[in-house]
Amino acid sequence: MTFDDPTPLIGLEIHVALATDSKMFCPCETEFVREPNTQVCPVCLGLPGALPVLNRRAVELGVLCALALDAEVYPEMQFERKNYHYPDLPKGYQISQLAAPMAENGIMSFTDDDGGEKEARIRRVHLEEDAGKSIHLPGEGTLLDFNRCGVALAEVVTEPDLHSPADVRCFLEQLRELLRHTGASEVRMEEGELRCDVNVNLVHNGEGTPGRTEISEVKNLSSFRGVERALQYEVERHRQALRRGDPLTHETRHWDEEREVTFSARSKEESHDYRYFPDPDLHPVRIPRAMIDDLQERMGELPRARRRRLSREYDLSSYDADVLVGGGLADFFEEVVAEGSNAKAAANWVMGELSAHLNAEDIGIDELPVQPGQLAQLLDMVDSGEISGKIAKEVWGAVVQQGCDPRAIVEERGLSQISDDAQLESLAREVVEEHEDVVRDYRSGKEKALGFLVGQIMQKTQGKANPQMANEKLREIISREGCE
Amino acid sequence: MMTCDLSRLTLMQMRELIDAGEVSREELVRAALSAVAEGDEVLGAFLEVDEEGALAAARAADNTGGQTGGVLDGIPYAAKANICSRRMTTNCASYMLADYRSPFDAKVVASTGSAGGILLGKTNMDEFAMGSSTENSAFHKTRNPWDLDRVPGGSSGGSAASVAANYVPAALGSDTGGSIRQPASFCGVVGMKPTYGSVSRYGLIAFASSLDQIGPLTRTVHDCAAVLDALVLRDKRDSTSISHPDSGRFSESVAASGEDLRGWRVGLPREYLGDGIDPRIREVVRGAADGFTGLGAEVRECSLPHTDYALPAYYIIASAEASSNLARFDGVRYGMRTEGESVLDLYLNSRGEGFGPEVKRRVMLGTFALSAGYYDAYYLKAARTRRMIVRELEQAFSDFDLLLTPTTPMPAFGIGERVEDPLAMYMADICTIPANMAGIPAISIPGGRVDGLPVGIQLMAPRFADERLLRAAAVYERVTGDRGANPLCPGDVPTEGVCDR
Repeated sequence: MTFDDPTPLIGLEIHVALATDSKMFCPCETEFVREPNTQVCPVCLGLPGALPVLNRRAVELGVLCALALDAEVYPEMQFERKNYHYPDLPKGYQISQLAAPMAENGIMSFTDDDGGEKEARIRRVHLEEDAGKSIHLPGEGTLLDFNRCGVALAEVVTEPDLHSPADVRCFLEQLRELLRHTGASEVRMEEGELRCDVNVNLVHNGEGTPGRTEISEVKNLSSFRGVERALQYEVERHRQALRRGDPLTHETRHWDEEREVTFSARSKEESHDYRYFPDPDLHPVRIPRAMIDDLQERMGELPRARRRRLSREYDLSSYDADVLVGGGLADFFEEVVAEGSNAKAAANWVMGELSAHLNAEDIGIDELPVQPGQLAQLLDMVDSGEISGKIAKEVWGAVVQQGCDPRAIVEERGLSQISDDAQLESLAREVVEEHEDVVRDYRSGKEKALGFLVGQIMQKTQGKANPQMANEKLREIISREGCE
Repeated sequence: MMTCDLSRLTLMQMRELIDAGEVSREELVRAALSAVAEGDEVLGAFLEVDEEGALAAARAADNTGGQTGGVLDGIPYAAKANICSRRMTTNCASYMLADYRSPFDAKVVASTGSAGGILLGKTNMDEFAMGSSTENSAFHKTRNPWDLDRVPGGSSGGSAASVAANYVPAALGSDTGGSIRQPASFCGVVGMKPTYGSVSRYGLIAFASSLDQIGPLTRTVHDCAAVLDALVLRDKRDSTSISHPDSGRFSESVAASGEDLRGWRVGLPREYLGDGIDPRIREVVRGAADGFTGLGAEVRECSLPHTDYALPAYYIIASAEASSNLARFDGVRYGMRTEGESVLDLYLNSRGEGFGPEVKRRVMLGTFALSAGYYDAYYLKAARTRRMIVRELEQAFSDFDLLLTPTTPMPAFGIGERVEDPLAMYMADICTIPANMAGIPAISIPGGRVDGLPVGIQLMAPRFADERLLRAAAVYERVTGDRGANPLCPGDVPTEGVCDR
């Protein structure tokens, strides 16, 4: 590690909108609506005399989020007031947590772009309410929309354990998957349900003396691409400053999405003293052990653990396990296997035909009109040789259209393979007699000629002949005749 | 004169007459309105009177037979201007909210309404409840009905004066450090701060959330209990609200309180009778102690050594909470707005012009106490002091059923006498602050006179023992208490029947 090869240290503060039906401290709905200021009440508007009442669901989902990050959930937490003035903060303070947060000391492992396993420690997970939205109209002033104001957020703070912009993207993508999996948040990025502040600096060993650059914080990034690009920009900026010996200051910066550069926020914004103190309107909140245990149990297996189990239990490649879990296909897959199907065949079908169908129709697995048992039946018919793989695809096409049993379709359309020994023998004889020249070619060593003969049998049976058996029959007849 | 006579009745007397069909609700409201019309131009108890609304409500109740069983059915009452109501403005006696109309009723307005009470008007107060004389109102001064050159106390001075002047039998106030009890003492009426959490704060414009509590001002203890029967309810919109074990039974309990206090142990903490207390007030309290002894109670002196720390700790905690509670008044969404070049200028101009000097003083004090580097030395230390005061009082209540103290260290002072000296003004709350710090119930009832002015005595009880407090106060009032006359509305409060109708 020298000036030329310094290591970035990156820490994140991530705000996630929890999937509650109502806001954190009032009954207003949280569903995203376009019409401004239609989901507001005296409480979230901070009208004089209104008081907050904590939404129990927000606590449950916050705890879920903390458990998913393997953090320690405390038996008691306290809401505090974070005091600052901004037009979209109607009370003049935000209800948040500082000294007694909901959870601390978690960890999240993730896979980087090269398939390597990495970890980032989670410093804390706390609950807070969202602010409203300021819409600045150049020349016309600022409009305020309080629909979002008071929405329940979990703030996840990592240690500076991430070392590249790409790793940060991987971490965030997998965090999103985790939060969706647990149901803590739907993480709709386009609705700003995940926003991120990043802290970055470089550690180096320039000229033999270890050192580090001053931390810069880039605020309020709302897309993964934005986070990655902003970090790339910042790492490069720090690197160049280091090389040139330019001083850097500890500062807050903003990301300009258009120009793809960060720029310094005015220093005034940094000199906040938030004057946190316990919110006297809200007593300390006890989180009973039973609630934590119950949520832990209902949360079930987390995606990473499931990937590892799938590849171990069904002997799948880690790529296959990734696709199944990441694509939300793992439940369906496991149910197909539970119906008795071969795991490899089931995985291939689910990732291939099934997944292609979902993509083509742009539907989720929940909307698929096929039951796991029906796919198991189809795979079973292939396995037993009753139908060929090619016929199976045809049957599948009918199953997804009509939603009926594969067996019914096979019977209805007479698609069962011809596996009858006598019938295949007579067909093979016919073909051998009709194509004596080809038989001769085969005998003279042209292996490929046999393929032509099998093709002829297939033609006579509209593809229903069992190709394996047809093949064997032909060899048998030709070699027998040769001996005569 | 008939109407004036009606408005002089106590709540319980009005109750009997309405129930007997001898007086209509409209007659009572008209009597109150004409009393206000006659006297309030001079007295200044009200900021706004809702003549039309009150009469309409009274007529509607008369037509339908009223609120069956409602303890306040047909009773006109007043509410302090920091209690939100859809009718009239809710301005906290501040320019900041001069024209502010709340889109909702406070829980107490809704529950007095469902008990049949008729809201007559909004009363004057110290701006945002910060003060002890009602002189900090941005709009006008309120005078003491006993002596028009003196203050009525504060911050619920308008509520206390409206009851003392016999406009209404009951008014709602709020008490953060004595703001119900101190003006009750100055105006010779009953004022109670119930156990913290027993009355919903939903719709009370907050001064210091952990100390604020709404309570009644009335002319008798029984009336006070009747109002509490309507007020004390668990409210799920206030997270600090609690279920009170005696909810709805206060009036009943007072009516059955008997004639003596045999077996009661009454503590007389000597720290409340020290140098800072006017010797004539000490005499009144000692006289009251003798009164309790005469009723059969065992009265003993005791010591609460941390009492001296209550005032400084209170001013830090109350101001810290106020600095945050008042942050919402920024000129952006409602209330006073004075434009500026930037958003910061908008804040500075609106707050600079909207708030009076005492409010600014406390916002600055509280902001300082919470600032980085000072938080531990001020806010945290004050919070620790508060816990010590709580423990000390809990300890005292293992030896005593009640504590007896003065309500105020002095009788009502002259208008303008203390406005220039905030510290002298703060001392007016020295006896009342500990009950807020500990969240315990406390009541002030008339205890005697000093130079012809009424002075109150304060009784304190443990948390949730509101019923005990009311019973003891009722017995004392019935047998020994000082009731009645003030020069503006002369004559004793009638104790039976009605004046000649």
